[in-house]
Amino acid sequence: MEVAVKIKRFNRESGSAPYYEEFKVECQEHEMVLDALIKIREYQDQSLALRCSCRSAICGSCAMRVNGHAGLACNTKITDALARSDTIVVEPAGNTTVIKDLVVDAKPFWERIGKVQPWLSPTGPTPDHEYIVDNADMLALNQVMGCIMCGACVSDCTVLEVDKRFLGPAALAKALRFAGDPRDGIQAERLQKLGQPGGIWDCTHCFECVQVCPKGVAPMDQILELRHKAVQNGFVNNNGARHAESLANSVKRSGWLDEKRLIIESYGFKNVGALLALIPTALRSLLANKMPPLIHRKRPGADKVKRIFEKLESK
Amino acid sequence: MPQHDVLVIGAGLAGMRAAIEAHRHGANVAVVSKVHPVRSHSNAAQGGINAAMPEEGREDDWESHAFDTVKGSDYLGDQDAIEIMAREAPSDIIELEHMGVIFNRDERGRLGARSFGGASFARTFFVADITGQAILHVMYEQLMKAGIFVYEEWFVTSLIMLDGVCRGAVAMDMLSGRIEPIQAKAVIMASGGLGRVYEPSTNAMICTGDGIALAYNAGAPLLDMEMVQYHPTTLPANGALLSEAARGEGAYLINNEGERFMGNPRNPYYAPNKMELASRDVVSRAERVEIDAGRGVDGAILLDCRHLGRQKILERLSQIRELGIQFAGVDIVEEPIRIVPGMHYQMGGIKTDVDGATSIEGLYAAGECACISLHGGNRLGANSLLETVVFGRRAGLNAGNYASSVTQPVISNAVRTDEENRIQAILNRDPTGDPPAAIRLAMGQSMHNNVAVFRDEEGLKKSQEEIAQLKERYARASIHDKGKVFNYNLISYLELGFMLDCAETIVAGAIERKESRGAHTRTDYPQRDDENWLRHTLVTLKDGKPHMDFLPVTITRWQPQARTY
Repeated sequence: MEVAVKIKRFNRESGSAPYYEEFKVECQEHEMVLDALIKIREYQDQSLALRCSCRSAICGSCAMRVNGHAGLACNTKITDALARSDTIVVEPAGNTTVIKDLVVDAKPFWERIGKVQPWLSPTGPTPDHEYIVDNADMLALNQVMGCIMCGACVSDCTVLEVDKRFLGPAALAKALRFAGDPRDGIQAERLQKLGQPGGIWDCTHCFECVQVCPKGVAPMDQILELRHKAVQNGFVNNNGARHAESLANSVKRSGWLDEKRLIIESYGFKNVGALLALIPTALRSLLANKMPPLIHRKRPGADKVKRIFEKLESK
Repeated sequence: MPQHDVLVIGAGLAGMRAAIEAHRHGANVAVVSKVHPVRSHSNAAQGGINAAMPEEGREDDWESHAFDTVKGSDYLGDQDAIEIMAREAPSDIIELEHMGVIFNRDERGRLGARSFGGASFARTFFVADITGQAILHVMYEQLMKAGIFVYEEWFVTSLIMLDGVCRGAVAMDMLSGRIEPIQAKAVIMASGGLGRVYEPSTNAMICTGDGIALAYNAGAPLLDMEMVQYHPTTLPANGALLSEAARGEGAYLINNEGERFMGNPRNPYYAPNKMELASRDVVSRAERVEIDAGRGVDGAILLDCRHLGRQKILERLSQIRELGIQFAGVDIVEEPIRIVPGMHYQMGGIKTDVDGATSIEGLYAAGECACISLHGGNRLGANSLLETVVFGRRAGLNAGNYASSVTQPVISNAVRTDEENRIQAILNRDPTGDPPAAIRLAMGQSMHNNVAVFRDEEGLKKSQEEIAQLKERYARASIHDKGKVFNYNLISYLELGFMLDCAETIVAGAIERKESRGAHTRTDYPQRDDENWLRHTLVTLKDGKPHMDFLPVTITRWQPQARTY
């Protein structure tokens, strides 16, 4: 079948603006988007630049956007990509700088990985033989170890779009690979660090990373797991942990969210500077008639909500 | 001009392990790689890594591992090197575990092993079916921890040779197109295999034999290049690999009669004892016989995993299942999947001693590009990951020691300008030549048609002629992309040159070896001939042509016997 592939082209060297170019390429039913791109590069426009290598979703080279969503070109079926449109639109990965066509700057990705001390750090004496650990603990790490560092999650992360300081889904999933490894000796230190701004509490649970990850790593789930571990280890003295606690308490108490209290409790009562800085925002919301009610009342059925909490807490 | 004590070319497992070892011993080390380290093809090793680690409930000993490897090699492997590998395997595996590899455990929390082809005991340690990836990523973590510098996405175009001694490499920064000589007292070649010489192949697109050809062109002899492994279970559609782990966990191979043909004596390569877990060369031949006799299914064999059950498949073979669903539309939990033998691994390579030294002073080699020779005529599954760590380590140590004994020589700037001029001349060619891709495809098909599982004089001569013609077309091929930044058109052209050199040596070796041994099966010489051919082929570049020599096989304790499984 003949397939139309529209590729976003750019070359730093040329100095001209990015543009879209459409190619028509003959493909087989079973082929992947990468097969189409390779055919274009080999026989239609040899200057087309893309990274690719293994063709089996294991090397992580060919992350890019297909029809607006990040993924691996090598495991995106042409027939799937054509399910909702006549043309396959291929663009470089997001949240980074494009160098040439589908080749993007990978440096920021690796710098973020580098920030989570990405190696096992045992503390005690090294045993003569292997570390004795439960197979279940090793199997539990299989999911994060399945990450191939393709960067699809980082490409489509909605937090990174607005805040470049965020460590991002891949680095945080990598962090769990050590924070969840019974052989690691500095887990508390890791969790404490990850609680700082730019870390685990900055994820907004938008599910994009879970959606686009080609290896089922579900980075957001791993971030939630890290939060859980952080709270368990008592690292609650930060905006994120206080925010989570306040939210839960509010719902437990009244059946719904007390937004005023949430803000104050997240920053902390004693954080006068941060609270004063919020006054303009509060005034603006007052003028726009968006101010929450002064008295936060219980919702009907709040007692049932409370019982749900108590049932869960007793488990 | 940047200077290092040791420059490692290639950032797969062998390269990174070598770099870490040289660094540990005080050398200033850098790694140069045309892709980011975690993109390396060591990723693709799925099944595991071998070591004889006897303990309560697990019978084994290093001699058994060594013997299985010797037998698997069809007695062409050098037994001194094999003994080293088998003896040192356990401590290297333990080191990997300490580095952080999340190996599978048994119920006591100790390392747990699975069975693999050609092995007398279950001695393959593993991380689900992503063992290579799991080890590669951990090795990269260790590289970061050590702070070793990586020339990332730099493509090596030639070796710097000074009076016959290797003193670094000239490389192109793919981001800027800049050509830079990188000076080093010692160079370790760890650039991996040459799978893309064949079409199809299980290998990644980066496996283009760069290092093998670079060393060959610098004058280093290559050993046993005719020994090319066809893996028994690859997908017909795109050549993708389904790991031996499937058969290791108990999967069956069946023909169109629903029969496990590995047990039927009407197939001359049947293996009544080991069945599906005979060596890869044996199983690939048996499959080819079934298919050629009309007992295949659409020109393929069926791999049947259904009886293993959903849980075992999900826990231990999940990636294989994923590959089957994605690339063949088959869920191995529900139905058998069609597979064919496919080109997978190069047993031959740059001749080295047991410490990684090649025949050229200053040049070392480790991993798939090297030939020590461990695998001889046929590599056993899960011995290649092992080779990368054991001999990567040894090459790193040895190259580091050598580097500390010599001084940094003066390299003329002409090295840079000569290479710049050579590359520019290629870019300047008029645009009427063939695209490199067309030449590569023709080469790959020629090799797959004539230099595959079964070979004969006529086919080999045909390929020899075709490769020679393709080399002429190559010299006139044109590059359409004239830019500097990420010019993959130019890179693929340079890679193709390396591949054609490799193809030429493979065919030369295959024509020369007039017997059937390991992966090299000549239908015109069907018997193994120990009297005349219990020896290595050695190919050296002389006057622009491959020149053949021979070397004896090192035998320590295992005399050749008939090989049955």
